[in-house]
Amino acid sequence: MKPGFSTRFNRFAAWVLLMFLVLPALVAIPVSLTPRRFLSMPQGEYSLRHFETLFGSPAWMSSFAQSAVIAVSAAFLATVLGTLCAIGLWRIASRAAEAIRALLLLPLVVPPIISAMAFYRLFVPLGLMDSYAGMILAHAVLGAPLVLITVSASLAGFDPKLEQASRNLGASTFTTMRRVILPSIRPGVLAGALFAFITSWDEIVVTLFITRFSIYTLPRRMWNGIRENTDPTTAAAAVVLLAVTLVVFLIWVLLQRRARALNPQPE
Amino acid sequence: MQTLRRLNLHPGWWLVLPFLLVVMGMFLGPILNILWLSVTLPEPGLDNYAALFESEPLRRMLWTTLRICLITTVMSVILGYSIAYAMMHASGANRNWMISLLLVTFWISVLVRTFSWLMLLGRNGPVNNALMGAGLVSEPVEFMRNELGVLIGMVHYMIPYAVLPILASMQNIDNRVIAASRNLGAGGAQTFWRIYLPLTRPGIVAGAILVFILSLGFFVTPAILGGGRVLMVAEYISVQVLITLRWGTAAMLAVLLLGGVLALMFILSRLIPLSQVFGGARR
Repeated sequence: MKPGFSTRFNRFAAWVLLMFLVLPALVAIPVSLTPRRFLSMPQGEYSLRHFETLFGSPAWMSSFAQSAVIAVSAAFLATVLGTLCAIGLWRIASRAAEAIRALLLLPLVVPPIISAMAFYRLFVPLGLMDSYAGMILAHAVLGAPLVLITVSASLAGFDPKLEQASRNLGASTFTTMRRVILPSIRPGVLAGALFAFITSWDEIVVTLFITRFSIYTLPRRMWNGIRENTDPTTAAAAVVLLAVTLVVFLIWVLLQRRARALNPQPE
Repeated sequence: MQTLRRLNLHPGWWLVLPFLLVVMGMFLGPILNILWLSVTLPEPGLDNYAALFESEPLRRMLWTTLRICLITTVMSVILGYSIAYAMMHASGANRNWMISLLLVTFWISVLVRTFSWLMLLGRNGPVNNALMGAGLVSEPVEFMRNELGVLIGMVHYMIPYAVLPILASMQNIDNRVIAASRNLGAGGAQTFWRIYLPLTRPGIVAGAILVFILSLGFFVTPAILGGGRVLMVAEYISVQVLITLRWGTAAMLAVLLLGGVLALMFILSRLIPLSQVFGGARR
């Protein structure tokens, strides 16, 4: 059947809409290449001076380092907590386990502003305000539910008989987990780790509440730059933030593809 | 271990315990504390809630929030439906491209996107230059520091969240139903409006609820593109906590927001499995 006019029109509209979704996000790239001293679109001339300023600035560089340390640590912690939890819930497989699972997904559902208030209330008396430990813990809580989701999805395709076989052959719980379960759910664990990393790497709302002077992550410095709305260095920083995000996205796409090749499942 | 066996507790709970304790102690505990604050600060009672009926600025802010969220939801669902429909009816390679483009948007930082809109929508920005160049407007359109800019930024962020549930409901449609409608003599338009659209209603409702939930608590885009003139509930809360230090009001608003979000989430979980909502999404 030949598609009618409205279907063809809609197909065109959908492509325009998809371009509308993706292209505006890339505007930071030309703006970062402007030769002028203020935020503007370059006209004919391009320059890398704002990237020079960015990479030469101790303040921006320390923000990079802080963001990287916090995101990697938070992702690691979230991956450990989320993976263990997913395996536990999968083995219990009861109504109570499903209720607990819903409870543990709450950090995804609660609006960030409320999470920010909660961490603020907790961290002031504990002395965790404006500290690496506080940031890593808070971001791990926000990232772990994503790990729980991706690992649970991987476990859904794992045959429980393999676990029984391993136990029957005399392997301990720990050995079974390390040698039998973990290798087969690795794609889910890695995908979860990437999600958790990006969650922390981009996070701004909670960060604004629980930091003051010493913790200045990349999104926080960008937030200030955007509010002041003058310095094109912010655009260069946005491009770097975007580049890291896209690299992580590509890793995720490759992982998905490999997982599908290894373990073909109907979606 | 002996006591555990007697309690008949599955050993799998040991693996759940670390994360459960962290969420209880670091997340749910403090949130309950906030609920408590809303009825005890500055003094015990329901004064904070009474302010909802008495305070004009508070009522105006809530109305702004609801209005912007509703418009965002309607726009996102309509545009998202168009994308989902085209995806369903695209050929293999095209479809993969469309899905990749959609998924990429989930990953791009909201801060980067808001910054981009700030550049695009300025008085001398490319959008205004293009509009003026085309002779459509005689002087620059004010896109920022008003609801128009906030809406553009929010709809742009929310469309992908509307697409996923709608796409899922389209995939569930049995093609034979459509074929039957055509065989019985209905035209393409009639089949769409009377058969296809009603069959995708669960996806539309789910997408609308999801977008509405996310919009309610949205902070970054309204704060930046609204430029302080379009005050929505999340920014209002942040001002109460960080600047005017009125925890009572902030806590009361947080309770309203949380109550609304959880109630909608409950309705959503009745419509579609929540794993489907979070399946391709990140936040």
